[in-house]
Amino acid sequence: MLASFDTHLFWQALSSGPYWRGALTALELTAVALSTALIIGFFVALGVLSQRRWVRGFAWSYNWLFRATPTLLQLYFVWDVLPTLWHGFAGSWFTPFMAAWIALSLNEAAYLSEIIRSGLMSVDPGQELAGRALGMSHRSILRRVIMPQAIRIAIPPIGNEFITLLKLTSLASIISLHELLTASTQLTAAKFEYTEPLLAALVYYLVIVSVLMAIQARLERKFTWTSNRRGRRVAPPAMPAVSHDAR
Amino acid sequence: MSLLRATDVSKSYGDLEVLHGVTFDIESGQVKAIIGPSGSGKSTLLRCLALLEEPDRGAVTLGDAPPGPGEVGMVFQRFNLFQNMSALDNVMCGLVEVRRLEKSEARQQARAFLDRVGLADKGAQFPDELSGGQQQRVAIARALVMRPKAMLFDEPTSALDIELVREVLDVIESLAREGMTMVVVTHEMRFAQHVASSVLMMDEGRIVEEAPPDQFFSAPKEERTQRFLSLVE
Repeated sequence: MLASFDTHLFWQALSSGPYWRGALTALELTAVALSTALIIGFFVALGVLSQRRWVRGFAWSYNWLFRATPTLLQLYFVWDVLPTLWHGFAGSWFTPFMAAWIALSLNEAAYLSEIIRSGLMSVDPGQELAGRALGMSHRSILRRVIMPQAIRIAIPPIGNEFITLLKLTSLASIISLHELLTASTQLTAAKFEYTEPLLAALVYYLVIVSVLMAIQARLERKFTWTSNRRGRRVAPPAMPAVSHDAR
Repeated sequence: MSLLRATDVSKSYGDLEVLHGVTFDIESGQVKAIIGPSGSGKSTLLRCLALLEEPDRGAVTLGDAPPGPGEVGMVFQRFNLFQNMSALDNVMCGLVEVRRLEKSEARQQARAFLDRVGLADKGAQFPDELSGGQQQRVAIARALVMRPKAMLFDEPTSALDIELVREVLDVIESLAREGMTMVVVTHEMRFAQHVASSVLMMDEGRIVEEAPPDQFFSAPKEERTQRFLSLVE
């Protein structure tokens, strides 16, 4: 038993408004940034696979720029430098949340584009050939045939990215976004106690990630094509795991 | 009067010229079998006819215009069924995406064609759950449902276990009896002999010889054909 564990303080932290709101902010930011990043990343992936040289060059440069620089630096850049460059970013709409959304989306898109690209490349070229033989348009083949199969390959690494992004939202505390980590450090400072406030934050992260993992398992079943409704356990072709928690 | 025609078609991949000005035509209701060693350009000719490859020179016409979407059906050696769709959805897909039919109408037609290849009860199965022979029959139904004017088969039984070859050949033979215009690249000599109205030998990107099957197999004119036949029989 921990000698000085204050159960009351722990419960107080766990149920406090700032924690709830902080967790909600972190979750919201993760969700919107990941969604935006998926859209940008999809087009960047198509760009890298493009026949046109300049499109490939642009997509490659994008990935290079956002993967070669620290996320923290990108956050500072968006929050502090963008408003001085464009007055449009000096308005009241440009909140810490918006800045974090922009920075994390742009950053995450670079990582996701590589995941999406390997997903697209893993689909058997015979699938496209069959679509063309039926007279299907390029778009139609991409949407009905290639994308669903690429998504199945990409779900596990995208789940990984969601978790990484959730933890990256804590970086946004440095541009004064009140997320989960802010709530716990503020409580730490007020009570001069570390264990309970930080443990409470840890519980929040664990719960969020657990829920996410359950959603991911459901999605993977949905994208396993079988007439047996409950789904078989079929491992999709392995993709190399990328670790980049030190972004 | 030829139905499907390739006129002086050439095709290269990089420095390698796979087709050297091939002229090929087939009349409505004919079945032509193409044989030849691998790398002879058989598959490339078929892909040019299906507009899956753009010829470097020459033209492909159906009637007197280039073939439209789905007008020339193609069946592949490795089936290439859409892995993310059930057998029924595979067959429906072209009707919905290309012919823009209502789903209910497309489903009805797709069912009829699955039935036509003897797989009425397999509509809900996914490609992974079907045998190779069943997959190939679904692939044939998927091409047929588009009401093509001609069907092309690229070694349709080469990827099949030996006991599954018959069920696929039976479907192709029944199409021949119904008068479907077909080009079949095959290694099944007996099938070529029984079903084809004429047999072509290809080698090094050229058509070496074309003759009715009896003549082709019993008295081939070209030395290259004789050599090839002596090796495969």
